[in-house]
Amino acid sequence: MPTTLLLFAPIGLPLLAAVSQATGGGRRWSTAVGVATSVLLLTAAAALATEVTRSGPVEAAGGLLSADALSGWMLLVVGAVALLVFASGDRHGVRRNSRWYPIQLHLFIAAMATAVLAGNLGVLWVAVEATTIVTAFLVGHHRTRTALEAAWKYVVLCSVAIALALLGTILLYYAARHAGLSGISALDWSQLAAHAGELDPAVTRIAVGLAVLGFGAKAGLVPLHAWLPDAHSQAPAPISALMSGVLLSVALYAVLRVKLVADAALGPAYLRTLLLILALATLAVAAVLLLTQRDYKRLLAYSSMEHMGLMALGVAVGTKVAIAAVLLHIAGHGLAKTVAFLSSGHLLHQEGTSQIAQVRGLLSRAPVLGGVFGVATLALLGLPPSALFASELGLARALAADGLGWVLVVAFGLVLVAFAAIGTRTAGMLLGGPAAPVVPVDAEAPALVGAGVTAAPAGGAGSTVPAPRPRASESPSPARPARVDLPRTAAIPLVIGLIVVAVLGVTTWPLTDLLTAAATVAGGGS
Amino acid sequence: MIDHIQALHLAAGVFLLTAVGALWRRQLPAKVRLLVVQGVALAAMIGIIGAQRADLELLAVALGLGVLRAGVMPALIRRALVPLPQEQRETRPVVDVATSLLAAALLTLLAYAVTRPLVALDPTPITAVLPVAVAVVLIGFFTLTTRRRALSQMVGFLLLDNGITATAFLAAGGIPLVVEVGVSFDVLLIVLVLQMLTRRLRATVGTTDLNELRELRD
Repeated sequence: MPTTLLLFAPIGLPLLAAVSQATGGGRRWSTAVGVATSVLLLTAAAALATEVTRSGPVEAAGGLLSADALSGWMLLVVGAVALLVFASGDRHGVRRNSRWYPIQLHLFIAAMATAVLAGNLGVLWVAVEATTIVTAFLVGHHRTRTALEAAWKYVVLCSVAIALALLGTILLYYAARHAGLSGISALDWSQLAAHAGELDPAVTRIAVGLAVLGFGAKAGLVPLHAWLPDAHSQAPAPISALMSGVLLSVALYAVLRVKLVADAALGPAYLRTLLLILALATLAVAAVLLLTQRDYKRLLAYSSMEHMGLMALGVAVGTKVAIAAVLLHIAGHGLAKTVAFLSSGHLLHQEGTSQIAQVRGLLSRAPVLGGVFGVATLALLGLPPSALFASELGLARALAADGLGWVLVVAFGLVLVAFAAIGTRTAGMLLGGPAAPVVPVDAEAPALVGAGVTAAPAGGAGSTVPAPRPRASESPSPARPARVDLPRTAAIPLVIGLIVVAVLGVTTWPLTDLLTAAATVAGGGS
Repeated sequence: MIDHIQALHLAAGVFLLTAVGALWRRQLPAKVRLLVVQGVALAAMIGIIGAQRADLELLAVALGLGVLRAGVMPALIRRALVPLPQEQRETRPVVDVATSLLAAALLTLLAYAVTRPLVALDPTPITAVLPVAVAVVLIGFFTLTTRRRALSQMVGFLLLDNGITATAFLAAGGIPLVVEVGVSFDVLLIVLVLQMLTRRLRATVGTTDLNELRELRD
């Protein structure tokens, strides 16, 4: 059965790649293996998306795995972001000869593919929890004080959040059993949706509330969001890119799936209220903390929270227009944020600091890197022709059409605050005058490089990013290398990524049918 | 001779008391011992439900979970224990012990309040014990948020997880086996990850006191 193969391939390919990285042979070709795997993954995703758009949902393994247009869309985003990460070949901030790094990276992608292809709430839960496990050591990769602090916070907060989601899953199973379902199929999306009317409303309300809080925390929504800025700023850039670009959206996809069951059982009002509160609170927290940000990786992390808040608003509204906007936003944000984080990795390597105030006039010193970083930021700010402009416009229309004008005003007011905060800081980095005096923290960087230990000296959060490690071929003056820029091989994939973001903002062809089908799955015909 | 229900209530009582005990004791080895007792109580509860229904699969699951929760997990945590006197004691908790015990009492009351719709859906002597399981979930959550030793937080996480597992078996006779295996495997891996992180903390920072880690903030 070719469709069965299409469901297994996106999970099996990264697993095979992980195995190949575990053996000696594959490790010498880790970039090639990564690119090949993600090209195949993207091809399988495209074939699967075509199949489900044309002839409806498919399933395998007795319903444990299934795909509809919504899964197809998410899988395409996972594949595209993975390809971007591998193609840019970014190994800055990654310990050389790290045996586990490429293995964990592929397992991470396999776990995300499993999550979006899960046909069952239980399988989805296991997959989302697996992403926490495989990324724990990726976040703590540098083994510095701050990296360990970030990793600890990440594992504890995310596993507690996901434990809440498990409690929600169990209670939903309890309700489903009393609605006449039994066995593993009681947690299938299709079964739950078909029997939604018979689920006990009181138990279902507790269950879906817990599930949304739990998966929401993994998507960076308040109140359990504190792991996000730490994990994103401490992880190596490719990991930050994958976490921010797709992992957050995969968690939001879980929220969306839960909401579909909840709306059928309880009506849309309950989760709409809960999600509106979470989304606006997330936007508010992100906007306030963006205003005080002095570290550019944390700036990008809080920008992700802002975007997740916006997407959660769209999920809360839940109409077809709103869901289409959310899905477009997931794709646009995934690609643009990946480019931004990958270029921030080069920036950290080149400048030796993650402090915004110490990166000045980048555009004149390193036009390619500055240009890519700048354009990615503009795309994230939602300027046309970025896909985020189109999606935010769609979201605003959906909010207005649904009589949520006050939400629209509050949300976009907060977005404007975030816009100003990110805009002024990035402008300073790209165009600003001479750098502020270098603080002693940076002067210690060369010594640390020699020691081979990237333990950061105590100080502010910004100073705690591991010192860059120059490759042997480079001149050993990491404090402020004279004129370096992004190498062409690294720049081309990033530029292509940005072009895709712009094209998506103008036309969704050839994905229009898929997007419409996916929005219909999640938003109904309304 | 006590019947199944009395035995279930007895096991549930031990289950709740060990959670409160873990909150009360400040010696880390004592907390781990309480976790072993709680694991046995959890396995007993599942075993009693299995015996009452003459369900062999449930009895096997009880045995497996007992080995995992009373044997493997506490052993993993014990390996993260540092054999130094100052590292074996809870540091000054965010909330002191007396207030914590009061909080545990309030959380238990809260558990009775929030589980009323759950019990109402299927009022049997087994689901009547559900509030105890949810109380343990809440106490585990409280332990995690107020204790600042890496090991205490691991204990808190396992309390939370034991509570959730108990909820699953009391409410629905367990979740489907495929999911249960996945969940148990994931929890085991999380504990392994936390244990390895604790060792790295000890190697890099020199202590497992999380109060020492306060650099990342805005």
